[in-house]
Amino acid sequence: MFARGLKRKCVDQEEDGEDALAGFGTVPSYSLQRQSLLDMSLVKLQLCHMLVEPNLCRSVLIANTVRQIQEEMTRDGMGRGAAPQSTGRAPLDRLVSTEILCRTVRGPEAGCPVPDLGDSPLQGTPPELCIVNSAEVPRSPQSSLWEMDSPRENRGSFQKSLDQIFETLEHKSPSSMEELFSDMDSSYYDLDTVLTGMMTGAKPGLCDGLESFAAAAPAPGSSCKSDLAELDHVVEILVET
Amino acid sequence: MPSHRMPSEADIISTVEFNHTGELLATGDKGGRVVIFQREPESKNAPHSQGEYDVYSTFQSHEPEFDYLKSLEIEEKINKIKWLPQQNAAHSLLSTNDKTIKLWKITERDKRPEGYNLKDEEGKLKDLSTVTSLQVPVLKPMDLMVEVSPRRIFANGHTYHINSISVNSDCETYMSADDLRINLWHLAVTDRSFNIVDIKPANMEDLTEVITASEFHPHHCNLFVYSSSKGSLRLCDMRAAALCDKHSKLFEEPEDPSSRSFFSEIISSVSDVKFSHSGRYMLTRDYLTVKVWDLNMEARPIETYQVHDYLRSKLCSLYENDCIFDKFECAWNGSDSVIMTGAYNNFFRMFDRNSKRDVTLEASRESSKPRAVLKPRRVCIGGKRRRDDISVDSLDFAKKILHTAWHPAENIIAIAATNNLYIFQDKVNSDMH
Repeated sequence: MFARGLKRKCVDQEEDGEDALAGFGTVPSYSLQRQSLLDMSLVKLQLCHMLVEPNLCRSVLIANTVRQIQEEMTRDGMGRGAAPQSTGRAPLDRLVSTEILCRTVRGPEAGCPVPDLGDSPLQGTPPELCIVNSAEVPRSPQSSLWEMDSPRENRGSFQKSLDQIFETLEHKSPSSMEELFSDMDSSYYDLDTVLTGMMTGAKPGLCDGLESFAAAAPAPGSSCKSDLAELDHVVEILVET
Repeated sequence: MPSHRMPSEADIISTVEFNHTGELLATGDKGGRVVIFQREPESKNAPHSQGEYDVYSTFQSHEPEFDYLKSLEIEEKINKIKWLPQQNAAHSLLSTNDKTIKLWKITERDKRPEGYNLKDEEGKLKDLSTVTSLQVPVLKPMDLMVEVSPRRIFANGHTYHINSISVNSDCETYMSADDLRINLWHLAVTDRSFNIVDIKPANMEDLTEVITASEFHPHHCNLFVYSSSKGSLRLCDMRAAALCDKHSKLFEEPEDPSSRSFFSEIISSVSDVKFSHSGRYMLTRDYLTVKVWDLNMEARPIETYQVHDYLRSKLCSLYENDCIFDKFECAWNGSDSVIMTGAYNNFFRMFDRNSKRDVTLEASRESSKPRAVLKPRRVCIGGKRRRDDISVDSLDFAKKILHTAWHPAENIIAIAATNNLYIFQDKVNSDMH
């Protein structure tokens, strides 16, 4: 779960001047981490294609996270994004420092937040590192799309992922599914008609309708039900079925 | 992922629910089974078995299915069980998996008819020539047999995964909620249901919010609440409109801009909502807190309790390993004075609303011998560490207590820890510290 006892690695600082923080050379820049979080999220969306139907709540939450990241990247104009692109994908074992990404989303100021480990509850301990198994992340040419500078392309592949996920949850063959549900759909209206006694117009309160609907049912707690059941049982015994 | 199931994965408990008197406790598991426990009456002859729970009945509720149209499996895992109020000698409960809700009737048989005319003791037909007189069969006592039969199957009501069911106080209807819709059923009618909430957008690409839980008000049969993945609660009145897309009340806490991060929305997603027994409050659980809401105040919760705030700085790791999507449940005690919820490392937490004291307890075999008093636990985040404290980094995130239940009247709690069920009883008023 958590990487423990991981030694700090000396990071090449050439790609991003912001990383050159004295004594904190292992902490990747905010934009790098944000990019990594975006990649991780996109991978999570892709992995949704399992045998069992994906969890829609999880997919929606991840998709919203991706949107937030991309919106922020767009707002930032991706000016800072040039750095990671020039050196290619950052090694995954320097993926994410929880401390940074869990901070507030950056405001309009341009500077990268200085990791102020002085206030951190983890002071004195190595920063937490999330290790993403490199096998999980697609290294296909398609993934380079996600690394590109342009938010438009990011959005394109993201949209494609979203489409794929929501498509599996939607009808694959609309016409047959329509047929399957058509009976039930129309029965809604039938029920509505029965309950309200009206064909069109405003629908009155449901409870009133249900009261009439359930009028025939015996009152709860009546002894009739249990007597009848026992009587049935006795009759069954007598006729020796 | 391995293609075969691990040996005990089917035994993972997925829901726990006391019935209305607390005499029965039902559990559902990932393998689609329901196990019902019954509380033994306290007897003077055996003072040590003071109202303990024993297995009463076990049955297979749901089987795995395959949706051929979508080429997807439908899991048999029992998502929720809800008891119906008892109306006669039989007990009834609703159990549901992702797609289908079933009504089960549980009856006892402790008498057996003897003295048939046409059949002998083994059930074989008698030679009629030997029958010279007629007798009336007599009911003789027998060992108790518990029989379970499916009475209704409510199928094809949901396109998405059912996350909640709730029986109405009218005892005749119930609702089932999936990610995008809520349906109202009549207990006697299986071939139709009434859609009362639909938040599915016209274009699925516009989907940004799902329904996460829902419940009927305990007293007002027209009111129900549903929670969303964005952390909001909507109280709906079925008398106002047939399709309750417009809520009567929207409960939402404004976001604190200073603590916003990329994970803010995920951790605000409400995983469970429960009305208090009084019907005056609602309890919600999101990833890091439990909150008490007053039905009369929509602007913010009246109480917020931190369940495991030490995880706030670990959210990215918890996102990476998917733990951030864990759905914890919450529970009220009978008098609505204490609330309870689960956490990681087999810990569960209780908060006393009056004294504002809270306690962390552990459900594990090592720390719980029969009739032993549970020792409070502590999680330390660095700095001074006491002898039995657990450090945050040592927490076992595979041991999660998602499902807990509180006896409706007494201080008895049921805790599901993966595939183990713990039942704790409070004989003496315990101190919270």
